[in-house]
Amino acid sequence: MISAVRSWPKGRAGTRWLLGAGIIACLVMLPVIALFLQAIQGSAGLWSHLVSTVLPTALVDTGILLVGVGLITAILGTSTAWLVTAYAFPGRRLLEWALLLPLAVPTYIIAYAYLDILHPIGPVQGAIRWLLGYSSAREFRLPDVRSMTGCILLLGFVLYPYVYIPTRAMFLTQSANLIDASRTLGISRRAVFWHVALPLARPAVAVGVSLALMETLNDIGASEFLGVRTLTVSIYTTWITRTDLPGASQIALSLLMVVVALVAFEKWARGKQRYSTGAQRSRAFEPRRVSPAKGLVLLSAGIVPILIGFGAPAIYLVNEAWKRIEFAGISPRFLSEAFNTIVLASAATIITVLFGLLVAYASRLRPGAATAWLQRLSTLGYAAPGTVVAIGVLIVLATFDGFIDRTAMAWFGVSTGLLFIGSGAALLYAYSVRFLAISAGGIDAGLARIPVSFDHASRVLGQSAAGTFRHVHLPLSKAAITAAGLLVFVDCVKELPATLLLRPLNVETFATHLYGEAARGTYEEASIAALAIVAIGILPVILLSRMGQGRQ
Amino acid sequence: MTPQAQDRTLELRNVSRRFGATVALDDVSLTIASGEIICLVGQSGCGKSTLLRMIAGVDVIDGGRILLNGQEVSGPSRFVEPEDRKIGFVFQDYALFPHLTVEQNILFGLRRRPKQEATARTAEVIAHIGIVHLKERYPHMLSGGEQQRVALARALAPQPDILLMDEPFSNLDRGLREKVRDETLSLLKGLGTTVIMVTHDPEEALSAGDRVVLMKAGRIVQAGSGYDLHDRPVSAYAAEFFCAFNKVSGAYRNGHVETAIGRFAQALDAGDGTPLTLYIRPQGISVTPGPGGDLSGQLKSRMFLGEVEQLAISVDGLEQPLQVRTMHRLPPDTETVGLSVLPDSWLVFPAA
Repeated sequence: MISAVRSWPKGRAGTRWLLGAGIIACLVMLPVIALFLQAIQGSAGLWSHLVSTVLPTALVDTGILLVGVGLITAILGTSTAWLVTAYAFPGRRLLEWALLLPLAVPTYIIAYAYLDILHPIGPVQGAIRWLLGYSSAREFRLPDVRSMTGCILLLGFVLYPYVYIPTRAMFLTQSANLIDASRTLGISRRAVFWHVALPLARPAVAVGVSLALMETLNDIGASEFLGVRTLTVSIYTTWITRTDLPGASQIALSLLMVVVALVAFEKWARGKQRYSTGAQRSRAFEPRRVSPAKGLVLLSAGIVPILIGFGAPAIYLVNEAWKRIEFAGISPRFLSEAFNTIVLASAATIITVLFGLLVAYASRLRPGAATAWLQRLSTLGYAAPGTVVAIGVLIVLATFDGFIDRTAMAWFGVSTGLLFIGSGAALLYAYSVRFLAISAGGIDAGLARIPVSFDHASRVLGQSAAGTFRHVHLPLSKAAITAAGLLVFVDCVKELPATLLLRPLNVETFATHLYGEAARGTYEEASIAALAIVAIGILPVILLSRMGQGRQ
Repeated sequence: MTPQAQDRTLELRNVSRRFGATVALDDVSLTIASGEIICLVGQSGCGKSTLLRMIAGVDVIDGGRILLNGQEVSGPSRFVEPEDRKIGFVFQDYALFPHLTVEQNILFGLRRRPKQEATARTAEVIAHIGIVHLKERYPHMLSGGEQQRVALARALAPQPDILLMDEPFSNLDRGLREKVRDETLSLLKGLGTTVIMVTHDPEEALSAGDRVVLMKAGRIVQAGSGYDLHDRPVSAYAAEFFCAFNKVSGAYRNGHVETAIGRFAQALDAGDGTPLTLYIRPQGISVTPGPGGDLSGQLKSRMFLGEVEQLAISVDGLEQPLQVRTMHRLPPDTETVGLSVLPDSWLVFPAA
């Protein structure tokens, strides 16, 4: 909507909401700005040092990883989406939602699980040797999973649902009539995929791949365990092992450039095409019945990615966790980690949902260029990888902590120390910045389903803007708000890079514990923590599959 | 008709509103007296619904002032929030809250009152509108006509000074629409409510309102009684909005408009030779079979509509055939007809 800057009459409702949304946008922008300032502050010598040492390898590795993961996710996501929309075979319905399951497995957990599953003396290689008649790992072994290839494959198998979801939706909503039309124009059933369905789905594939690549850039655990030196890993080690904040922020800034390039790529890959659904309700896509034998082949093909991306690691984790519990029971350490994880994630969820409500409702009360920009700025954090957000938050709060400490020292003669960073406030801040897009986006979509005339009716019937929110919007968008909250909660539980950098001293969550043990190469209780994360991660998968069902 | 100061319920003074580069309302002034039923009519995008939203206070104005009972509610110095304006609003989509029952929907506007009073008022309105049997239901369980009545009850419950209605009957089926409209308007007249109703339907505007306000591109074209607008339109636009005229070009000469189909006496303050357009109502032309009348023409096509028959008749010297509506039955094999333009069935406007 085009709207010139206008002076509003005093006392018009929504001013406070607008102010709140403005403050939130500033809070979100602050870490990015701080990062930028810190990075240009760093001496020029540091830049040349970075360029000659860390950056080239990190950039090349990141680049190879992105291209590889992009290809794998595009191929897996598109082919599985076509499989379940174009063909009717027994088990298709099950496959439709089971293909989402790898979403429940964070990248660092799949790497952690496969390090053990594919270990030279692990179950898979042992079975192969037994089958081939070898007796020891010295005689026969598979290529080491700790490699770029291993990393690309593993990330591809957990991230392909990001492509599968939008592509399948595109196949379902767009193609039916067009595919019928193309068949009447003489294109064979087989050629339809290459000539009609795939070109049509290109924007969806582009969106999905760019999301999967964002996750790849965000990943810290998998790359590190598998020995791939990405930019994200470099940021982490620069800060943790060398305590070099300007250096870390400079690499973070380079990473941010990669994100910008990624967004540009998505825009380019989508092309100039605009795919409107058309005014008339498009007919549901009619899948083609296949013979039982062919159906079995298709079903097996569809099960492979689920097995690799979810089945095998899940079975492995259940098995390992069971062994551990039988051996040692559930330790108090596990319980305290559960407590930490849930408290941190819940607090972040509450903050993020409240902020999301404020941002979404402000743009509803005052639609226009101003609120559209505020909303865009507030949701910027989702594109920024966790490490980038964490370094930014670190700079902001360290400055703030230093200021408070000096002030308290000067006025009261007391040192407050690292007030924010030490208390976990930093972590909540980072979570909120990173996941505000999920909550604001979900709530915005929920509110969009409520006609504006409801707002007007309520106002005219005597409710203030806030009262309208409480009595009309809140009850009518409960489901959307709950869903947004659930997604944020689960993402907070799974989040590793920011948690690793910003958690208060001696506070362990499931994710950081798992990281610690995997990095040390010990496998004590981590399987239980990993299993807990995967179990919680299944919740949004269920939610997504139910939403998918509703759309049909 | 200038209403007295004390019963000027609503005054709009030079109200303007822009959305980016589009001017939605341009210097609109209008005064509405207590108990009046006003119909705002015009094509979509003419600003009529925007005007309604400005009056309700759910949108702001860029210029001018709105006064309610003599108090400024929108203007440079003051903006009264919609919840403090005592205005009722019936929305085009009714905007019934889907999570509340009919009774709760009506109670919604009475939250500021003591509970007992609110319940009593709700019961009273429900009984008056005749929706007692619906009060436990949710909006999705109601038919279109029922929803419309609930929306009306909800808007009337807080006893507003003015009731605004945005295309309140457009969502109803054709047969039902007239019945619901008649019932609603007689109810509102009985209550003495001041009503501003928006419609795009010329017939509805003419029949429903005490006063009709025709708008175009954010401006008021003409305001007056239905008879004024239909019989004495101030412009070609107003004329054509309410009637599908035959347009015949001509020129002014000696107190007459001279056209290809004759001279029409009209005293105008115009020089000889001024180009003019003659607007003739389709029902203002009498037709007889065979040659005769003031003029003769060839019957091109006929469309039987029930009460009347619509004829297209080509006449020498006219580019377009004349459209005629007649109750007179012509024999099936009629080819040549005689035509006469009846007095008081034509208007003259400057040539477009």
